[in-house]
Amino acid sequence: MSDTLVDFDEVLTRYEPVIGLETHVELGTASKMFCGCSTTFGAEPNTQTCPVCLGLPGSLPVVNADAIESTIRIGLALGCRIASWSRFARKNYFYPDIPKGFQTSQYDEPLCTAGHLDVELDGETYRVEIERVHIEEDTGKNLHVGGATGRIHGADHSLVDYNRAGIPLVEIVTRPIPGAGAKAPEVARAYVTELREILLALGVSEVRMEQGNLRSDVNTSLAPIGSLEWGTRTETKNVNSLRSVERSVRFEMRRQAAVLDAGERVVQETRHFHEDTGSTSSGRSKEEATDYRYFPEPDLVPIAPDEEWIDELRAALPELPAARRIRLREEWGLSDTEMAWLVNAGAVELVSDTVAAGASPADARKWWLGELARRANDAGTELSQLAVTPAQVAELIGLVAAGTVNDQLARQALDGVLAGEGDPAAVVESRGLAVMGDSDELVAAVEAAIEGNPDVADKVRGGKVQAIGALVGAVMKTTRGKADAGTVKRMLEERLVSE
Amino acid sequence: MSTPSPKGQLTRDEVAHLAHLSRLAVSDEELDLFAGQLAAVLDAVAQVGKADVSDVAPTTHAVPMTNVMRPDVARPSLPRDVVLAGAPAAEDDRFRVPRILGEEA
Amino acid sequence: MTDVTNSSAADLSTALQAGELSSVEVTRAYLDRIAADDDTIGAYLHVDADAALKAAEDIDAARAKGAELGPLAGVPLALKDVVVTEGVPTTSGSKILEGWRPPYDATLAARLKAAGTVLLGKTNMDEFAMGSSTENSAYKVTRNPWDTDRIPGGSSGGSSAAVAAGLAPWAIGTDTGGSIRQPAAVTGLVGHKPTYGSVSRYGLIAFSSSLDQAGPMTRTVLDAALLHEAIAGHDPLDSTSIDSPVPVLAECARRGAEGDLSGLKVGVVTELGGDGHSEGYDPGVLARVAEAVALLESMGAEVRQVSCPAFDLALPAYYLIAPSEASSNLARFDGVRFGLRVGEDGSRDLDEVMALTREQGFGPEVKRRIILGTYALSSGYYEAYYGQAQKVRTLITRDFTTAWDEVDVLVSPTSPTVAWNIGDRVDDPVAMYAADLCTLPASLAGVPAISVPCGLSDGLPVGFQIMAPALADDRCYRVAAALEAAQDAARGHVLLAGIAPKENSPS
Repeated sequence: MSDTLVDFDEVLTRYEPVIGLETHVELGTASKMFCGCSTTFGAEPNTQTCPVCLGLPGSLPVVNADAIESTIRIGLALGCRIASWSRFARKNYFYPDIPKGFQTSQYDEPLCTAGHLDVELDGETYRVEIERVHIEEDTGKNLHVGGATGRIHGADHSLVDYNRAGIPLVEIVTRPIPGAGAKAPEVARAYVTELREILLALGVSEVRMEQGNLRSDVNTSLAPIGSLEWGTRTETKNVNSLRSVERSVRFEMRRQAAVLDAGERVVQETRHFHEDTGSTSSGRSKEEATDYRYFPEPDLVPIAPDEEWIDELRAALPELPAARRIRLREEWGLSDTEMAWLVNAGAVELVSDTVAAGASPADARKWWLGELARRANDAGTELSQLAVTPAQVAELIGLVAAGTVNDQLARQALDGVLAGEGDPAAVVESRGLAVMGDSDELVAAVEAAIEGNPDVADKVRGGKVQAIGALVGAVMKTTRGKADAGTVKRMLEERLVSE
Repeated sequence: MSTPSPKGQLTRDEVAHLAHLSRLAVSDEELDLFAGQLAAVLDAVAQVGKADVSDVAPTTHAVPMTNVMRPDVARPSLPRDVVLAGAPAAEDDRFRVPRILGEEA
Repeated sequence: MTDVTNSSAADLSTALQAGELSSVEVTRAYLDRIAADDDTIGAYLHVDADAALKAAEDIDAARAKGAELGPLAGVPLALKDVVVTEGVPTTSGSKILEGWRPPYDATLAARLKAAGTVLLGKTNMDEFAMGSSTENSAYKVTRNPWDTDRIPGGSSGGSSAAVAAGLAPWAIGTDTGGSIRQPAAVTGLVGHKPTYGSVSRYGLIAFSSSLDQAGPMTRTVLDAALLHEAIAGHDPLDSTSIDSPVPVLAECARRGAEGDLSGLKVGVVTELGGDGHSEGYDPGVLARVAEAVALLESMGAEVRQVSCPAFDLALPAYYLIAPSEASSNLARFDGVRFGLRVGEDGSRDLDEVMALTREQGFGPEVKRRIILGTYALSSGYYEAYYGQAQKVRTLITRDFTTAWDEVDVLVSPTSPTVAWNIGDRVDDPVAMYAADLCTLPASLAGVPAISVPCGLSDGLPVGFQIMAPALADDRCYRVAAALEAAQDAARGHVLLAGIAPKENSPS
């Protein structure tokens, strides 16, 4: 079943989108939210469980202090009000991946409320209001067996691993974001990007999206332009890459527009995003919405952070990405627009780290926004996911600066690095990529080019200096690109022009 | 809840809905029995409504404590064979459950 | 010490420490009594004689080697089956946990093990502690040793019957709305519900988390104090555990037994059987309680009536709060990680299997309370029911707070009636719930309360309840010990000695 879609630009001629995001972040604590089990990713199934996170009868939760501090720090970084009285609540529902028959979460008394995050996009600032930041626990993982695709649908049975159950999970909920218009998909992406930067700066999570450390539920609705009411929203669940956040909004806008154009109503429901097709599909309808029967968790006492504690945490906050960007922009001598490109590409930290590893800001920027951005785009991945470190990029830049390789050879060296052949210098060595110096081999190649192209050589001798390019090309061809073009040109000039 | 009944009453349909919400496959006989008994119980407990609680905060904890937390230190987990020993069914080091219909969350 | 199984635990402890008895002798004596009488009484769900004797041998061997042992070392005991015990079947009286052997120990079980006590077995109870008669056990009926046609109280009825019948020197019970005090009262025992938060709940299968509390059920006040001291104290695994030193209770019990209560201000709660509130109370119960109050006065206590109007709403508030919390606490019994699974036939999906498992694994009272609790928490009803009940709870706490300005302890009957006949109230939940009338206020306020025997009515024991401010458990023990000593002196023997002897005459 494929959805009818309206062309994106056309959507905007008739409808105004409103988006909203609920982002879940797994904290990088050593132990789980309510018990001492380790949180190490990738452990053998059910080896990081105990009576508490398995929900065995009689077990009781005890709050991880570090998780509370991390939540408050996230709240502070987002300019939230930190509650002086906050409580856990039980969200009651049945599902095999929640071991207690309820998820311990926060309901009407979250730790942080009323913050904001400014997102810059093409020189414009969008203020995203943060409704709340609260702490809860992650669920276990279901593995569906017997279906064709490992999906729940058509599976014969399922297998549950509780290693993830109970890992501290912070939920960051925005207020609805109207007014982004055509930029809505990009604003959604930029918001998650910026949030991720903040989380990284705070050091509260590794924020590895491919490991599910950060997952966003993306709400999208459309209303006819000029309408005073917002449309019915859909919630696309567990979108786990920046690119997918943008694509899911774009797709939902196009799909919902088609639904509305047909005179039908958008169904309020959860939807699933499919990376391969960039489309969403209907999940469980919320028509028969579960009544979660929230009530205060009697096994836990309230969290009541006092002013002193909050002040201490506030004072210890690191430089946040926005401030850092302003500082770096000045240090690197960039314009706002140039800096914005770096931000949009998710390259600020990469460039910063590359500079820290010894490269010039200009070179670092050129590589990350140029060659590396191309590679990421070709591979359909994020810059940060490329198998090359800022230190390696700096090394490559150093090799170019030293004349060991030229730009073209450097790109070949990069191929080697990305293929896992080692650091740039090692790849240059093993692949034999170093440029030829003023060597006998090069002298011979220059001589051969002159002898092989007497006409051109005469022209040059005769004063048509620009014809030298053809000879340079010939030398480069014989040396298979390993020669430095500048050196070759100089050698040819010495042989022909100065005579 | 589809059609709320007046306070202090529970219809058979509501009991059925609540049983479903609580994952209890109650029989028809039980529905009849429970509906009657729960109506009587609800009648009794509805008396809480008589209290004047206009300026009263709810008690959710019998002890007035706050900020009970533990340091973030990882401790040994249970051995997996012990974890799975009590399981009604296990497969591939995981808990095995019948097929799941639809996704709840 | 001629009759081990009619001794107090304190006397057993003394004899063990003096080397007059070995733990194996004591343990074997109890195991023999269990073998002889438990078919009739039905107190135990699980007895492992070999394991008990092995544990006793270990204690004896350690003692022989001169190891430093605590006062409880070698004394046998019974645990209510709501207490999680590593490797020992734990069912909470429910079919849904049949055969479950937990991979861990409750904190109190670990503490008692470390103290060297010998576990005789796990006692019967109302399923998930929901009930006042132990008739809601999924496994068996437990009988009151005073009259085997009658209920032993509940939900800790297995524990009360075991101790009253001489099948254990003492036992652990749990009390959510009266489940230690009421069974103690109707079997002639001492039962104490500690201040909420003073005994760890880690490893107690939760019924109502904000109310549950474990405590001692014993033959004497001193025994209760000793057992309480052994299980009390802060536990970092229970977030609601109070971080304060273990209270000194046995010493208070000993001093109380000296019988001087001068200066003590006692409040008799009007709403619990007093003037205008005696409907539903056995006249015999009220008479014994009045006599006990007079006895306290004769020992120097200053007695006055205290009105606590909100106590009238304790029962409705309790029967909203406890089922609400229970509906959530029992959600983990879903047939996924442990316990029963029913109906998995390859065609049914998980939801259906869960619903069948819970339908067949839970008994009717548990199901009723789950449904009631689900209702009270559901959107649209929360404020009117659960929310309102929690506010009433605040009013009840306020009544206590006001009372403490005037008096040191509050007293009342423990239960409005003596033990009733098995079967009498099974079809009438509301009548069953009325048994908790007097015990609920202390539960809702989290304050300590003790039930101590105060004589017989129609040949059946009557309990006297003493309530004290939070963390003032010592007052309960002091007053209870004074009352116990004065009554025993007047009677010439302990109340339990009045149980019609089965075979052996008490010493």
